Amino acid sequence: MKLSCGNCAQAMQLVKATDLADGSMSIIFGCASCGNRVSLLTNPGETQLVRALDVQIGGRTVPPEPMGLVRSALARQRDDAFVSQSDVPQPKEGVIWTEDALRRLENVPAFVRDMARKSIERYAMEKGCHQITPEVMDLARKATGG
Amino acid sequence: MARKHRGIAADGGSDIVAQVVAQGDRLGSRMALVRHKIAVMSGKGGVGKSSITANLAAVLASQGYQVGILDADINGPAIAKMLGVRAQNLSLSENAILPALGPRSIKVMSMDLLLPGDKTPVIWEAPTQQNSFVWRGTIEASALREFLADTAWGELDFLLVDLPPGTYTFPTLEQLVPDLVGIIVTIPSEVSHLVVKRFISLAQELGTLLAGLVENMAGYTCPHCGKVGELFSAAGDGERMVAEMGISYLGSIPFDARLSASADWGIPFALEHGGSPAGQALAHVAAKVKEFVGESRR
Ligand SMILES: Nc1ncnc2c1ncn2[C@@H]1O[C@H](COP(=O)(O)OP(=O)(O)O)[C@@H](O)[C@H]1O
Ligand SMILES: [Mg+2]
Repeated sequence: MKLSCGNCAQAMQLVKATDLADGSMSIIFGCASCGNRVSLLTNPGETQLVRALDVQIGGRTVPPEPMGLVRSALARQRDDAFVSQSDVPQPKEGVIWTEDALRRLENVPAFVRDMARKSIERYAMEKGCHQITPEVMDLARKATGG
Repeated sequence: MARKHRGIAADGGSDIVAQVVAQGDRLGSRMALVRHKIAVMSGKGGVGKSSITANLAAVLASQGYQVGILDADINGPAIAKMLGVRAQNLSLSENAILPALGPRSIKVMSMDLLLPGDKTPVIWEAPTQQNSFVWRGTIEASALREFLADTAWGELDFLLVDLPPGTYTFPTLEQLVPDLVGIIVTIPSEVSHLVVKRFISLAQELGTLLAGLVENMAGYTCPHCGKVGELFSAAGDGERMVAEMGISYLGSIPFDARLSASADWGIPFALEHGGSPAGQALAHVAAKVKEFVGESRR
């Protein structure tokens, strides 16, 4: 979107963009030749559409963060979705379950199975162990007091 | 004297064009390290797109290829569960997010890894959710772009993209990744064929290269008597359909209850039961896809 001055047909320059509390935005344009000023007011839907495009009115002042939009716009997120690289020992290979271990997991009642699985995997990853065997399951259970 | 949009050179200071170009550059340089980008799609839901994505990835990775999977099903992500990586965290490095790592080092990026609970829907922050239809598609497209561009995929031989049902996501993906190759999945029913044919036409109109069609859940071996029966009524029609649509037939995968159990356990079936008829069928499809993209290294 571009603005042209109604008085002198010059291209207008952006002066200031301000977010208003109700989700709307005020974008002020000025004409360099006659000093004419206009303020463009967006409705919340229009503001959101601009945000959804991940562009910034007034220009970008800081370079975009990796997945900046998703991380800032996703309303409900896991607290620990992103950890900084130094906090975790990065496994070279994902965690793999042996058949024996899986068969044992099958005996866990369905409604707690996913939770059990997660806590065992977490335990294994913390220990830097990439293969879950029945023995690892025992150790995980002891460690989590289950 | 009125001026036209094109008569004014810049937008007055936001430089939206440059911002969009920068987004494209970031995506382009990430994708330049990926040799083959393959979308697994259908138009229809529940036909096995995600299962086939997970298992093709497993077959390729076990042949020594570097493989990544992008779960493009933003609102119904299933790939993280199928690869058993739901408990993993993503880690933040300077200019990218390190993906989760599945079996055989398959790199996984999925919305599931960001959501706090099994029941949490994807909701985007907004002053109001009213009329969110106006912008939801746009923000999903941006999310897809970020998943592609901001994940530290590194050098990959194959990036498989698992699409949601419907036709909404595919044109977006196709714009983001122009050298995409498509694999179409159907089940042998007329209802599925009807939806899938429309999807194939759409892809053809957009000029997407299609490797071909996979027929999933084609036939079922009775575990008790060993007899092979059909689950759906349009058995055998897949080959006719590919002729009608002018695409190749990549193969058919039988129904195998263990395939679904493996997905629930988070272990790709192809890794555990590679020798079974369904396992061999998956390997056959992988070989056909490799042939299509001219991959003959392994
Ligand atoms: N060949 C097959 N044999 C048995 N179960 C299958 C097969 N293909 C898919 N399934 C199961 O069918 C369901 C739907 O598959 P999914 O891959 O999620 O489909 P989509 O991604 O197309 O919606 C899943 O529970 C999956 O485990
Ligand atoms: Mg799916």
